[in-house]
Amino acid sequence: MRSVSIIGVGCTKFGERWDVSLRDMIAEAGVMAIEDAEITGEQIDALYVGNMSGGRFIEQEHIGALIADCAGLSRLHVPSTRVEAACASGGLALRQAVLAVASGYSDIVIAAGVEKMTDVSTGTAADALAAAADREWECFFGATFPALYAMIAKLHMRRYGTTNEQMAQVAVKNHHHACMNPIAQYHMEITIDDVLKSPMVADPLHILDCSPISDGAAALVLAPTEMAKRFSEEPIKIVGSAQASDTLALHDRRDLTTLDATVHAGRAAFAQAGIEPRAVDVAEVHDCFTIAEILAIEDLGFVEKGQGGKATEEGMTALGSSLPINTSGGLKACGHPVGATGIKQAYEIVLQLRGKAGKRQVDEAEVGLAHNVGGSGGTALVHIFTR
Amino acid sequence: MVSGIVSYGVYIPRFRIRLDEIARVWGDGEEITQGLRVFEKSVPDLDEDTVTIAVEAARNALKRAKIDPKRIGAIYAGSESHPYAVKPTATIVGQAVCTSSSFTAADFEFACKAGTAALQACLGLVSSNLIDLGLAIGADVSQGAPGDMLEYTAAAGGAAYLIGSQDVAGEIEGTYSFTSDTPDFWRREGMPYPEHGGRFTGEPAYFKHVAGAARGLLERMNSAPEDYDYAVFHQPNGKFPVRVAKMLGFSKKQIEPGLIVPLIGNTYSASCLIGLAATLDIAKPGERIFVTSFGSGAGSDAFSIRVKDKIDDIRCGAPSVRDYIGQAEYLDYAMYAKHKGKLRI
Repeated sequence: MRSVSIIGVGCTKFGERWDVSLRDMIAEAGVMAIEDAEITGEQIDALYVGNMSGGRFIEQEHIGALIADCAGLSRLHVPSTRVEAACASGGLALRQAVLAVASGYSDIVIAAGVEKMTDVSTGTAADALAAAADREWECFFGATFPALYAMIAKLHMRRYGTTNEQMAQVAVKNHHHACMNPIAQYHMEITIDDVLKSPMVADPLHILDCSPISDGAAALVLAPTEMAKRFSEEPIKIVGSAQASDTLALHDRRDLTTLDATVHAGRAAFAQAGIEPRAVDVAEVHDCFTIAEILAIEDLGFVEKGQGGKATEEGMTALGSSLPINTSGGLKACGHPVGATGIKQAYEIVLQLRGKAGKRQVDEAEVGLAHNVGGSGGTALVHIFTR
Repeated sequence: MVSGIVSYGVYIPRFRIRLDEIARVWGDGEEITQGLRVFEKSVPDLDEDTVTIAVEAARNALKRAKIDPKRIGAIYAGSESHPYAVKPTATIVGQAVCTSSSFTAADFEFACKAGTAALQACLGLVSSNLIDLGLAIGADVSQGAPGDMLEYTAAAGGAAYLIGSQDVAGEIEGTYSFTSDTPDFWRREGMPYPEHGGRFTGEPAYFKHVAGAARGLLERMNSAPEDYDYAVFHQPNGKFPVRVAKMLGFSKKQIEPGLIVPLIGNTYSASCLIGLAATLDIAKPGERIFVTSFGSGAGSDAFSIRVKDKIDDIRCGAPSVRDYIGQAEYLDYAMYAKHKGKLRI
């Protein structure tokens, strides 16, 4: 297997992008990535795009061919594949691209992600997202994603003493980080009190514990590491890429307070990279709800099980501390266009490792990690990057 | 020639429902009413509709300036809740207020700005000397589906403006419109309640169009927010007009007299016209009023109005907006549902 590197990145502004379409956004992110890598269309061997639900959000399927067309690559007949793993679609697109390059089958491959979610009503969007859960055994009985994560949160609070304030601190921190990120959906500081006084969605999760509905696209250009220096002065190596599955329904899990898919993907990625969790300098984790970030830092081995809330409260995960988590603002404050999220996470890590993250730059970041989850943990992807 | 408002009249049904009462039924918290900054809304009586409300407002306008209805050469009635899909509201109003038969009439629909569109049409006919007086009406018994956010604000009320070029009480110095195809809110044929695009009704709809029309008029008039004593913006809730005023550089003091939505809700086609009436109720000769409506779909009409001496002669001839706001009779949700025809037998 060949070593794989990222030679170009691009990402649109995330948010309520009412003035642009899915096509506009994917073209914008794709052009940025291609220009960043200084490649031409003729050099591209394949495209992979993460998109959760174009069919529900914009009544458009066949996103693979669409993005090749938007990128002007249809006449070159470049193979283009849409991959789907709910909110982990972007991470999965990255992994497919990594496999294509690592195997030697392709050289220059685009990994992209895109979602246009604000063309439908909030109810339609919530139902499209609910399709990532077990429709027959969860949704038909009234469960929504906030409800599923609320159950996880309730048990985590009871078992480990995690508090509402600790969960709120995740949102406070991620909003603070987002204020320093020009592409973030929200540029507003919030307080713990703001979170706790915001409308309740599913007890104990308030609306400010939840990631928003967003539009956005992101793209990466991958190449074999041996060729990477030809295109980029600062290629970023992908030293670990792992994916794991778990039961689709939350109630079938071994343990409700652990996402085993994260645990397994994390272990496999760390083993591939030959590093320990403590070697990570900066990480983007899947904070679709504040409790999810607490689970993630535990399940990835950054802190002991049950200590995620306390670590957050003590500031361990804030910019300037030992392990800054979600410097982009995370899903919570940078926004969560579901198919694009996994690619945006890698985009943020590349900026950090290149030293180009501006005000939110982590000093001397050498090793970065991106963690992307589908549904309530049915799929997890972990990628590890080094300079 | 000076054209503008010769007289005005409003009508607001006396029934009210408090938003807390609606929230109680649907299990919503106080964050809803806090967020909307509306406390109660007007509710029509069992036998009130857009026509009866339009007639009351028109009668008040005629009464206020003691106008002979036979002078009216045009009646345009703007509403999104005309009782008939085919058969004009405007003709019923004309007959009810005893006009001659020598007038043109039509119903307007442009969501919440049909009333100001009617006003512009009358202004055109008056300014071109085709008619002596035009009657422009904005009236609605607006609909909000049970449990929908719209139900918290959809209210009932009407405003009528007599537009002419003699004895003008409010000179219309200029008007400017800003329009685009923006599907933020709609009701298709046969649908009982409108649908809306949620947050899409904000930035790309209300704020873009209101700011577009307001800035366009300020530029055309070569004027600035501080040149006006008062400003009135369409009031779908208590938050939007305050925010757009701030965006444009108008102060809270300028919008305060015309900000009536917290006490009566969103009267749709009548909303900013009632706000303007509340401002005319207190404005002094020489003062200037800046008005901008908004209708979903979407568009805004902005007006620059200079109050004339005549205002002092006509002001007390008919009930003021505050008179109507003052006479409130509160309903519980059950009676409200009956009044609004939400109960089907």
